[in-house]
Amino acid sequence: KLPESSFKTYKCDPPSLDIEVTKDELLRLYKEMAVMRRMETAADGLYKSKMIRGFCHLCTGQEAVAVGMEAAITEDDAIITAYRCHGFTYVRGGTIHSILAELMGRKAGISRGKGGSMHMFSKNFYGGNGIVGAQVPVGTGVAFTQKYLEKKNATFILYGDGAANQGQVFEAFNMAKLWDLPAIFVCENNFFGMGTAAGRSSANAQYYTRGQYIPGLQVNGMDVLAVKQACSWAKNWTTNDQGPLVLEMVTYRYGGHSMSDPGTSYRTREEIQHMRSTKDPITGLRQRILELGFSTDDEIKKLEKEARAVVEEAVAEAQKEPQPDESEIFTNIYAKGTEPPIIRGREREEFAVMNQ
Amino acid sequence: MPVRDALNIALEEEFIRDERVFLIGEEVAQYNGAYKVSKGLLDKFGPKRVIDTPITEAGFAGLAVGAALSGLRPICEFMTFNFSMQAIDHVVNSAAKILYMSGGTVTCPIVFRGPNGSAAGVAAQHSQDYSAWYGAIPGLKVVSPWDSEDAKGLLKAAIRDPNPVVVLENELQYGVSFPMSQEAMSQDFILPIGKAKIVREGKDVTIVSHSRSINYCLEAAEKLHSEEGISSEIINLRSIRPLDVNAIVNSVKKTNHLVAVEAGFPQFGVGSEICAIAMETEAFDYLDAPVERITCADIPTPYAENLENLSFPNTDVIVKVVKRTLYRKK
Repeated sequence: KLPESSFKTYKCDPPSLDIEVTKDELLRLYKEMAVMRRMETAADGLYKSKMIRGFCHLCTGQEAVAVGMEAAITEDDAIITAYRCHGFTYVRGGTIHSILAELMGRKAGISRGKGGSMHMFSKNFYGGNGIVGAQVPVGTGVAFTQKYLEKKNATFILYGDGAANQGQVFEAFNMAKLWDLPAIFVCENNFFGMGTAAGRSSANAQYYTRGQYIPGLQVNGMDVLAVKQACSWAKNWTTNDQGPLVLEMVTYRYGGHSMSDPGTSYRTREEIQHMRSTKDPITGLRQRILELGFSTDDEIKKLEKEARAVVEEAVAEAQKEPQPDESEIFTNIYAKGTEPPIIRGREREEFAVMNQ
Repeated sequence: MPVRDALNIALEEEFIRDERVFLIGEEVAQYNGAYKVSKGLLDKFGPKRVIDTPITEAGFAGLAVGAALSGLRPICEFMTFNFSMQAIDHVVNSAAKILYMSGGTVTCPIVFRGPNGSAAGVAAQHSQDYSAWYGAIPGLKVVSPWDSEDAKGLLKAAIRDPNPVVVLENELQYGVSFPMSQEAMSQDFILPIGKAKIVREGKDVTIVSHSRSINYCLEAAEKLHSEEGISSEIINLRSIRPLDVNAIVNSVKKTNHLVAVEAGFPQFGVGSEICAIAMETEAFDYLDAPVERITCADIPTPYAENLENLSFPNTDVIVKVVKRTLYRKK
């Protein structure tokens, strides 16, 4: 049974608080979150040792959102998110090796080293978008395709509390409701858009109510089971042609906005520590597993150890991967066979002749 | 056949050919299109495939991109390309770059189309040419049809192309009629993107242009021929990106003189790019005079008719500049 505080509703009845899960599933969810956190910790280390360049946004603290969502849906449902995308890439089938290789700009990366931290894709996972808010109408288009092709699937469209104020988010809400698309808008409220607290950016920080004419649900995004229950309920809602929904996952990011942000100038260390010690999604699930007697402390420690080993091995292997071949600079600009005859480099003697 | 009808037929034929093709934009369905390009399509194909949107360019352009990523073949109409600036992030960042950023794993087969360029008496916000804007972006293909055959063949090619393609139609050309060849009437008539067409052969000067400006180039060529005995070769670019460099170079080898004519702003424009081609290719060795550019004036488009007329290329300006490049007296 989920706690009463798991959900708050807007213009709809809440999902049931009764949830049935097997021991195996709970342990699997635990392990996925543990692996995800390890993966992000590894990325943090690789960034600090200058193996990762540019932007790098970690989801540490927010693991329950991706893991709980994936547990509720099938691989024929779709997900799209913004730049904080490593965790979603992992639950959508991207291997740790391919994610870390991408972060390090290697040929074996999930986008062959051409996308980097913010641009990862896999089956029915549409990224990975670096422009705040742009993924919201794009994801609405994926839901449009599902309706057009008469598929009983839904698209989960994630955005942050900062992006929630983008005009195009409301444009997407409007069309999704007009056309009853199976679009589930999911605001990951981690309380800060970069360094701006939600209350300083949003006239209404109750993000689940911001669809106005679209029903909404606020979810404890630090509880993987509440997330799972909410996403199952939401998928069921949209695939029964009840139109779109706005979910708000109340979560928290432990780190800065990106690697260049220590994350402590706009909030206190005490606040972060408090969230870690009272709300952590991984610790919370461990307690639940122990209370239910599904596992012992030793067995969970073993899971943790396995998660660490899997990630450590992936780090070692990914570091050995070569950079992309230099010839790849001119590929994938246009679909193969439809390129212009010549693509120019920096000066007139640098160019590639494309095979047509 | 008017250009408008050629576009309409192209849409209808491609709708029949591929169920995944749909048209989305403001007033495209019940209103039959702000410029009637989509007239009758709603009646023939129904509201599933001809979709009126709210006035929300960023939203519906982004939505169309998402539909393209997930397996459909959207045609996204901008009522005019002036309004596409509301959505340019989706054209440039969401559509054009995704194939590269995904290492070739995600394709985006989409068409962005609508009227572009100078219109009549609508002032600065509704009258400008976006060829250079979209022509600058790797990952996009950009075509700019002039006559009815161009319109049909290029739009059909754009719809079938697996890349994002921007089709820059011209509002003032919609009602202009051109002959259609037997070949162009076929439902398989496709013009290759990236290939220019010589619309008039000549030996003294090469005039490179696209879209509505071709009308003036043809008139100027006629005048230059009858009054001065000058033989002009006119190249209709058809495609802005990729640009048919060979067609320009080969023509210059023959004529040794090059004039670029367009209705876009002068700085960083299509004409600027043609000058760069003349400098960077063997065309340079064949030129007997510097390349000349004729462009829109470097000003926001004025409303008053006399001022507007002074803003855009016309026959007289082309005649004057061609004579100058050939060192003829005024």
